[in-house]
Amino acid sequence: MRRPPGFPFPLGEWRRAAGLRMEMALTEQTFEDPGVDNLAKEAHVSDIALSGERAKSAEIDRRQVLGKLGLFDRLFHKLTLSAAVLVLLLLGGVIVSLIQGSLPAIRAFGFGFLASQSWNPVTDNFGAMAPIYGTVTTSLIAMLVAVPVGLGVAVFLTELCPPPLRRPIGMAIELLAGIPSIIYGIWGLFVLAPFLQQYVQPALISTFADTPVLSTLFAGPPYGIGVLTAGLILGVMVLPFVASISRDVFETVPPVLKEAASGIGCTTWEVVRHVVIPYTRVGVIGGVMLGLGRALGETMAVTFVIGNAHKISGSLIAPGTTISATIANEFTEAVGDVYTSSLIELGLILFVITFVVLACARLLLMRIEQKAGA
Amino acid sequence: MTVMPVVKPELSTKVSVRNLDFFYGDQRALKNVTIGLHTNKVTAFIGPSGCGKSTLLRVLNRMYDLYPKQRAEGEVILDGENILDPRVDVNLLRSRVGMVFQKPTPFPMSIYENIAFGVRLYEKLSKAALDERVEEALRGAALWEEVKDKLHKSGLGLSGGQQQRLCIARSVAVQPEVILFDEPCSALDPISTAKVEELIDELSQRYTIAIVTHNMQQAVRVSDFTAFMYLGEITEFGETDAVFTAPREKRTQDYITGRFG
Repeated sequence: MRRPPGFPFPLGEWRRAAGLRMEMALTEQTFEDPGVDNLAKEAHVSDIALSGERAKSAEIDRRQVLGKLGLFDRLFHKLTLSAAVLVLLLLGGVIVSLIQGSLPAIRAFGFGFLASQSWNPVTDNFGAMAPIYGTVTTSLIAMLVAVPVGLGVAVFLTELCPPPLRRPIGMAIELLAGIPSIIYGIWGLFVLAPFLQQYVQPALISTFADTPVLSTLFAGPPYGIGVLTAGLILGVMVLPFVASISRDVFETVPPVLKEAASGIGCTTWEVVRHVVIPYTRVGVIGGVMLGLGRALGETMAVTFVIGNAHKISGSLIAPGTTISATIANEFTEAVGDVYTSSLIELGLILFVITFVVLACARLLLMRIEQKAGA
Repeated sequence: MTVMPVVKPELSTKVSVRNLDFFYGDQRALKNVTIGLHTNKVTAFIGPSGCGKSTLLRVLNRMYDLYPKQRAEGEVILDGENILDPRVDVNLLRSRVGMVFQKPTPFPMSIYENIAFGVRLYEKLSKAALDERVEEALRGAALWEEVKDKLHKSGLGLSGGQQQRLCIARSVAVQPEVILFDEPCSALDPISTAKVEELIDELSQRYTIAIVTHNMQQAVRVSDFTAFMYLGEITEFGETDAVFTAPREKRTQDYITGRFG
């Protein structure tokens, strides 16, 4: 510590003296008026005498009240417990009935069900590979669209947006999430698909005609409907989830943390990349997973635009099908045990896929956290 | 008794604030502030809450720029350049004028990365040079011995006092010229406070330091100069012992002896 210039004492003493001066000043101020102090003490003493009697009757009252509260507490405990158990029962029930329903199909096809592409109601020969492929591919396309755009929207809203625009854009995002999926389906079929068919797909086909991998991805006639279209529609549907959840978690970053990052000279991009996103990664991944969950299970809009063809095509613009679209399309027409059971087994597979995705997300989060040493 | 601040001739001024006004929307938070921060000295800002101390600090690295409704008028000259000029690169400015906040603000990454991160923004260093810089910064912040075995663990796992020293190390690692401390010890226990104060004292050999504090003893202990602020104005400025032993203004005396504030 620095010794103040021109001070004759050793430093320690000087410091003590400085402290003492202040303490003295404080003492003076607090106990200036002894009269007031005494009055307060007397009042306190009489308070104690009175409170002795009052305490006895209060104790009895309190016991009664506590007794009632205790009963209520136990009831409340049971009530919440049963709510939690109900969830477990429902989950268990769904799993059991799915497995039971798909038993005939499992007996008929075994694991071959997963590896077979055929879907022939006439010969009662079914395989799940095409719908699984369609589900996974459309969801991946959806996430490729929704995650970057959604994060971009969230970053813009929290870091860059001028305050007057913030509310309207935020509201628009939430409204987008509220549009029923059937409307997305109609819009996809009557607006997006013709647009893609007329302008985008021919352009993609001719542009990538000579590029090795991409030429297969964009091969075949431009139908308009197909895997790509379904993926894009899903992307639009999932976007509000990713955007609004990311925005909400970005807003939880303490301003002082962002200031600290700016304080060592970070640009807005660097603040977002190195501080905001790592700080909120659990929430962001949660939002992405919720979106992915919706994309995997979304039925109506996809059924409208995917083309419902039971085959795996190398091309993204070719028609395909997804698990949920298959079930929705065919359940009412399914005749025969094996046909119905195959559809139920498809449902079981979708359930497993969703479960695996969630489990992977958890695992990923755990790995990330271990790496960061948190 | 009036003691005028004796400014010795070898003092040079690193940052000079001239006729600075500051506005939060319509509300004027600083009124015509003029003050100089001397090179390699510690200047303390004291005064009751809301008097504009932190605001003044936030002007010195243009932190207020992050918020659209805040604006400053006047001049802040850092080494001959007016940093309030809109053409000044604020990111570069903030790497020259570091800041340590009231609460520790470690980034959500490892201890090593917390420091290396800021360095990488401005310099391309080899792994070895970067390691060296991190160690140097941590030693400078008197934290090396405590964290050398867990450099790759999260900075969030440290105690409050350690986190604050990590933040100081982070500021030091980018080799700024001025360091601003905004009540750096208000969330710390006395032992951590003592460590941080010692650190500030050491840092003043190499850096120009401004510190806002509500703790009078702290101002006495760490600073060479003290400015007393009241309602957005600097009402008294001088060498610390002069301000504390023989303040010119009645209000300063009342404040430092605890009669108001």
